[in-house]
Amino acid sequence: MTAPVTTPAAGRAGPTGTDASPTRTRRRLQHPGAIIAFVAPFGLLFLLFYLVPIGYAVYQSLLIVEREGTFGEATEVFGGLTQYALVFQSEPFWSSVGRMLMFGVVQVPIMLGLALLFALLLDSPLLRGKKFFRLAFFVPYAVPGVIAAIMWGFLFSPNLSPFQALTREVDFLSADLVLWSIANVVTWVFVGYNMLIIYSSLLAIPADVYEAAVLDGAGQARIAWSIKIPLVRPALILTAIFSIIGTLQLLAEPQVFRSFSSAVTSTYTPNMTIYATSAIPNVNLAAAFSVVLAVATFVLSFTFLRITRRKAEA
Amino acid sequence: MSAAIDTDAPRGAKGGLESSDEDHSRIAPVGRGPKERFIPRAGAMLVMGVFTLYFLIPIWWLVVASTKDRADFLGTNPLWFADFAFVDNVAALFAYRDGVYLKWMLNSLLYAGLGALVATLLAAMCGYALAKYRFPGREAIFNVVLGGVLVPATALALPLFLLFSRVQLTDTFWAVFLPSVVSPFGVYLTRVFAEASVPDELLEASRLDGAGEVRTFFTVSIRLMFPALVTVFLFQFVAIWNNFFLPLIMLRSEELFPVTFGLYAWNSSINQFPELRSFVLVGALLSIIPLIVTFLLLQRYWRTGLGTGALK
Repeated sequence: MTAPVTTPAAGRAGPTGTDASPTRTRRRLQHPGAIIAFVAPFGLLFLLFYLVPIGYAVYQSLLIVEREGTFGEATEVFGGLTQYALVFQSEPFWSSVGRMLMFGVVQVPIMLGLALLFALLLDSPLLRGKKFFRLAFFVPYAVPGVIAAIMWGFLFSPNLSPFQALTREVDFLSADLVLWSIANVVTWVFVGYNMLIIYSSLLAIPADVYEAAVLDGAGQARIAWSIKIPLVRPALILTAIFSIIGTLQLLAEPQVFRSFSSAVTSTYTPNMTIYATSAIPNVNLAAAFSVVLAVATFVLSFTFLRITRRKAEA
Repeated sequence: MSAAIDTDAPRGAKGGLESSDEDHSRIAPVGRGPKERFIPRAGAMLVMGVFTLYFLIPIWWLVVASTKDRADFLGTNPLWFADFAFVDNVAALFAYRDGVYLKWMLNSLLYAGLGALVATLLAAMCGYALAKYRFPGREAIFNVVLGGVLVPATALALPLFLLFSRVQLTDTFWAVFLPSVVSPFGVYLTRVFAEASVPDELLEASRLDGAGEVRTFFTVSIRLMFPALVTVFLFQFVAIWNNFFLPLIMLRSEELFPVTFGLYAWNSSINQFPELRSFVLVGALLSIIPLIVTFLLLQRYWRTGLGTGALK
């Protein structure tokens, strides 16, 4: 993902520029003041609010709190991997991770499947009023997760819902179903967003790619399946990775659902576990949870990338 | 792969600027083939129609619900209007607890509006420098920033909390504002965009005219990068507006809450204070209107940005 950005482009002005010599001689740095003025403000804040906090969280996760006696003063001392041992024994944490994996395995394919279907329909000649559909489907993305969860919480409730005929029969907020009710909220918010990413990538395909297929009399479904879907693979992989990350990081929607359903516990998702642990307060263990979750997220999206790459090459 | 970015990014950008409806012209050659039959057309329209209901009914319900008083909310058809009490509801919401809702809206505008503005400017300067100057460590900086794109905001909330407690700055305006002005995605996007849309020749010409580097950036380059800047601003605005974990973990004082978090707090105590329900619903509606309007007004810009982002 980092490779594509060009070094060739920067040198393309070559012939007229001063650095026409093919051998790389060490040149004097031009405009050092401007470079510092441009890069330093962002660089400093990125350091302060990205890199330092991450480093500090790792450091905190290596500490343990020791007390002299039961009510003695607490001091933080180096504890090695003690907190990590606690993380791996933590039943609530791992069951929340397991719950999110189950959530992701079902919700991500449904959401991306719908997004792909809508994008293909928007890109096909079958539809009228494309502009309207594009906007209508995207509007939920402008609704913050908290607000979306509040809205759907009311819509699912047995007494206040406009669909009481349904919600009185089926308890969407029960322990069995609430996970999928939350999945519905996430799907509702993000389908349109993913649809637009895939659709943008469909628009970037030059029309002449289809010409031969059309002359051969291939239908829209065939063109979509054999030509379009393979060509938007990168966009699908991108949206899948963002969705996997989003799933493991889920917080706002289930946190809001706690006021609608007692089935959502304070450790329902990994991030809720982290929050609950930090509120105890046990910040060292919370920091260790954070580090493990970040690494797990990274490993999962990286593995997914590897698998899809390998399939593409096979 | 490197060529793909160079050529595709600006083309997508231009397409988005010139006409927001390029899809019609583009697919024309395909559509002019054999006339599509009725059943696929009807099927496609049916699918899209059903899902239009799915996406819009919740918002419609919210609009209707916020126009009703308490009795009508429980007693009348939830999807159609009864006595129109919207103005009364809004007045009651604004008056509640000395107008704390308006304070929250103002906070959100500051966190998200000002935060996104500063974030966009900082990201644009950095992305521009990474695209247009050659200096040692350039690629290293860019790769670290790209790594930052993959770090979700929620993963940073606890580390930031630990850091801010260390310097006793939790529960302050800065605890939410400062982390919001850093946008690695913005640096990525502005770099790709600057590489494609700010010609070196123009910079050389500006230098020959005697303009300084910083001045050239603010007078010439920033205009050429404008579509990318709008995209960065918009996405950062939404990211800050939607950020939940950071205020949840940082803020205790009600007067510092952003509006989504305030509504969450009210919604969490509806069971004890049922009169809050109407405030939550009206407040939710009022809080999403600015976002929806902004998205609709600026759509040609962010669609360009989505295209550029997806091409990586």
